[in-house]
Amino acid sequence: MNAPSYTTVIGLEVHVQLKTASKLFCRCATTFGAPPNTQVCPVCLGLPGSLPVLNAQAVQLAMRTGLALNCRIAGFTKWDRKNYFYPDLPKGYQISQFDLPICSEGFLEIELANRITNDSAINDTAGVASAPNKKKIRLVRAHLEEDAGKSIHDESNATSRKKSDTRIDLNRTGTPLLEIVSEPDMRSAEEAKSYLTELKLLLEYLDVSDCNMQEGSLRVDANVNVHIPGKEPNAQLIATPIVEVKNLNSFRSVERAIQYEAARQYQLWQQNGLAIGQSPKQTRGWDDQDGITTLQREKEESADYRYFPDPDLVPVVIASEEVARVRESLCELPQAKRQRFVSEYQIKPYDAEVIVSQGLAIATYFETLIQSGATAKRAAAWMQQDVLRTLKDQEIEIENFPIPSEKLAKLLVAIEQGKLDTTRGREVFQQLVQNPSVEVDAAIEALGIVQVENQAMELLCKELLEANPDVVEKVKAGNAKAIGSLVGQAKKKNPNADPRVVQDLCLKLINASSV
Amino acid sequence: MNLINLTATEIAKQIHSRQITSEQVTRAFLDRIVATDTRIGAFLHVGAERAVAQAARVDQAIARGQIDSPLAGVPIAIKDVLCTTTEPTTAASKILQNYISAYKATVVEKLESAGLVILGKTNLDEFAMGGSTENSGYKLTRNPWDLTRTPGGSSGGSAACIAAAQAPISLGTDTGGSIRQPAAFCGICGLKPTYGRVSRYGLLAFASSLDQIGPMAHSIEDLAKLLEVIGGHDPRDSTSIPQSMPNLSSGLMKPIAGMKIGIVREQIENDGLDSEIRQKLLESIEVYRSQGVKIVDVELPNAQYSIATYYIIAPGEASSNLSRYSGAHYGYRSSTTDSKDTTANASSLIDMYCNTRGEGFGPEVKRRIMLGTYTLSAGYYDAYYLKALKVRRLIRQDFDKAFQEVDCILGPTTPTPAFSIGEKVDDPVQMYLVDLFTVGANLAGIPALAIPNGFTKAGLPIGMQLQAAPLREDLLLHAGYAYQSSIQYQPTWPTI
Repeated sequence: MNAPSYTTVIGLEVHVQLKTASKLFCRCATTFGAPPNTQVCPVCLGLPGSLPVLNAQAVQLAMRTGLALNCRIAGFTKWDRKNYFYPDLPKGYQISQFDLPICSEGFLEIELANRITNDSAINDTAGVASAPNKKKIRLVRAHLEEDAGKSIHDESNATSRKKSDTRIDLNRTGTPLLEIVSEPDMRSAEEAKSYLTELKLLLEYLDVSDCNMQEGSLRVDANVNVHIPGKEPNAQLIATPIVEVKNLNSFRSVERAIQYEAARQYQLWQQNGLAIGQSPKQTRGWDDQDGITTLQREKEESADYRYFPDPDLVPVVIASEEVARVRESLCELPQAKRQRFVSEYQIKPYDAEVIVSQGLAIATYFETLIQSGATAKRAAAWMQQDVLRTLKDQEIEIENFPIPSEKLAKLLVAIEQGKLDTTRGREVFQQLVQNPSVEVDAAIEALGIVQVENQAMELLCKELLEANPDVVEKVKAGNAKAIGSLVGQAKKKNPNADPRVVQDLCLKLINASSV
Repeated sequence: MNLINLTATEIAKQIHSRQITSEQVTRAFLDRIVATDTRIGAFLHVGAERAVAQAARVDQAIARGQIDSPLAGVPIAIKDVLCTTTEPTTAASKILQNYISAYKATVVEKLESAGLVILGKTNLDEFAMGGSTENSGYKLTRNPWDLTRTPGGSSGGSAACIAAAQAPISLGTDTGGSIRQPAAFCGICGLKPTYGRVSRYGLLAFASSLDQIGPMAHSIEDLAKLLEVIGGHDPRDSTSIPQSMPNLSSGLMKPIAGMKIGIVREQIENDGLDSEIRQKLLESIEVYRSQGVKIVDVELPNAQYSIATYYIIAPGEASSNLSRYSGAHYGYRSSTTDSKDTTANASSLIDMYCNTRGEGFGPEVKRRIMLGTYTLSAGYYDAYYLKALKVRRLIRQDFDKAFQEVDCILGPTTPTPAFSIGEKVDDPVQMYLVDLFTVGANLAGIPALAIPNGFTKAGLPIGMQLQAAPLREDLLLHAGYAYQSSIQYQPTWPTI
């Protein structure tokens, strides 16, 4: 494999809609999908004379998130106005945080599939490899701000001469956002995806956001450029101009857009040789259908938003006791849970990774299986092979899964005790999925599963050996595997016959007869 | 019976004792407005029918004993920057022509629940930017004492209507002197309360960190009672002080012997101070001395930077506060299709913004938006806005220090009496200097009271100003009342 001729450098800005009952500076609801302009009041409409009042819950959620992201929580934070004109911003400014964000200087540890080999070759200090296959992505800051409204461009009445209508829905205006800004520590599209996946998981564990990209409760902008090693030995790296990529509506599009953008920038550099600072910063939009980025804005200087402290709001003072209280109230975070599953239940790190990464509800389901008597190993196997597969096939969430964990635990215990084998266990599982009202014992019974008495088994095996002298001969000649054909026959005669028992018993009988 | 040449306290007393009804008084003032306002121009909107109906309801409520408020039934005029849902709220700007608010300002709700009857909305300098009411987008207001002169501003309508006996009391707003300066020009009293004392919810913002709503009246007692009605904590305003309103009117009559009043030499000796105003101020100091008040010199070393500081901070905040008037959501939207920007694809939107704001705002508002936009810009912010915030802190510290020594500071309200209409319109800097003695209180957030203390030889009213520490409106009103009692002050009204 050829080493790539450049390294992709990525920083991500993630806007997270916080799960508060009401907006950041008024009491309007934040529910998604309400009819346009029905969740509005004088404050979020920016009517003359209205004033903002801070929703303390948003500050709490921001602190939870900041602490989970290993950030420093500001003892003193304030609100600033970011001034710009746009119809979906009714006040003509957005209330945000400029120089004193509520959270700063954190990090998020991500798993690496395989670290890019030439990282060290170009003296890369970004991020910290905290453990093999792990990397810390540093965070610059996370600040609170209010969301803007939505512009809905109606093309239906548009003709080539007449411009289309734009309608404004201000339901979203004022919804609390936490903007989480990373350092440019990611070195591939895969790392960016891994960061986003871990961040989303963390936010879901914290229960601070719905993280629904389709509904816009998690939005990602990527800052991308490439570093190209110089020709001469010890020559400095050449960095291409940074491009901000917007309109990324899924993690998949983040990945594709970064790959595309890196290749585009490298190609462009080969043509024009322009490095960072030699051409204006661009904002480009991702076109998911065509798989390309297109130019949206190009600026010589950054926009002047004329930030200044919002005189309508008072600064927020956060006492260290308050920070400590929130820190203590944090739930177990994904990384800690993975480690605990491995150490406490002795399951494989891979299994822990899969189960924990499915979200808190699935991890809790798994733990309940164990607490209800299932062995960790069997629980882990059934989670991955049966529960997760069923969820995926039926496209449902664990909350709607028809088998409660205590019930599944009963089945796993029954298998453990040898009351039925795994194959029959799966049949029972299917029964339970299809018919949620049925209990485990009833399902076992309905399938005619009973533990076959030893005597009955012996009788069955004797019958089989008499009917199959060729198999007996083969076994006697040293081919023990030949017994396999009898197992199938035994299963046909009595579906409850445990294959292992059949095998063991037949061998025993043959050995006894040959003595 | 003369119902209009009375103070609010006198009117309330007569209504309470059933000598007169609120409806009768309301009609009397409405008649006076009809008879005189073509000459004065104090009102932008008069809600005659609504006011009469409201007065009748208040009369019924009083009769049933449902309202027990000291100003129940008294008519009042309010500055047209306070949101009401019946008459328009325009801030005297074309950009809000015919705009009707969807909600009521907190102070309007408080007035109504205390049984006051709102006569109408008074004229002002557009968005309260100015000191003469000449910047109104709609009309001139004339000074009732001399119709060739301005009533001051920006609460010119609220001051003139009292002087013209069109209303017994009014609400104004004060960002740099906009209650006190017109009160002085029109010969009435005006109080700018402590920042945060009165809720700003429903006040169309000019400069949020300086704006404060306050009462205007003939008598100190009226001011105290009106402030009791409108003041107090409001959870809808984050800058509202979380304290309930103390009773201000009950302690007014106490003797003031032993009170310490500070005077600032630089103010009295200021070259720009009119000699008649200086003379009256010195006489007033003697009135206090004769009451047993101790007069002490105090220093406000940073006061000289007040105007410069104010004209950085106020336009900065205003440039942002006025961004919402864009034509996109409410108010005036230009129908002009002239394109000033032919480069961008979105030119129709930018044209709409440019044309709406270009046509909707008057020249002084545009000047301040430009000033503020400039001082908040990257590269200038630190040198202007941030520096101004630092100087503001020094100015506040000067007052803090002074109020450790004295109860009140006494000085002039304005450098000159009312000036002529048109006199300063072409010289914005001269116009800005009329705030010389008043902006300090706004920058420091302290309460300040303007009271009349005589007339010039030409018959123009003169005022003086008392300032006190934050939340000490009681001291101001006490000192103001003592002054008026000792000179046996009686309100006078000019013949119009």
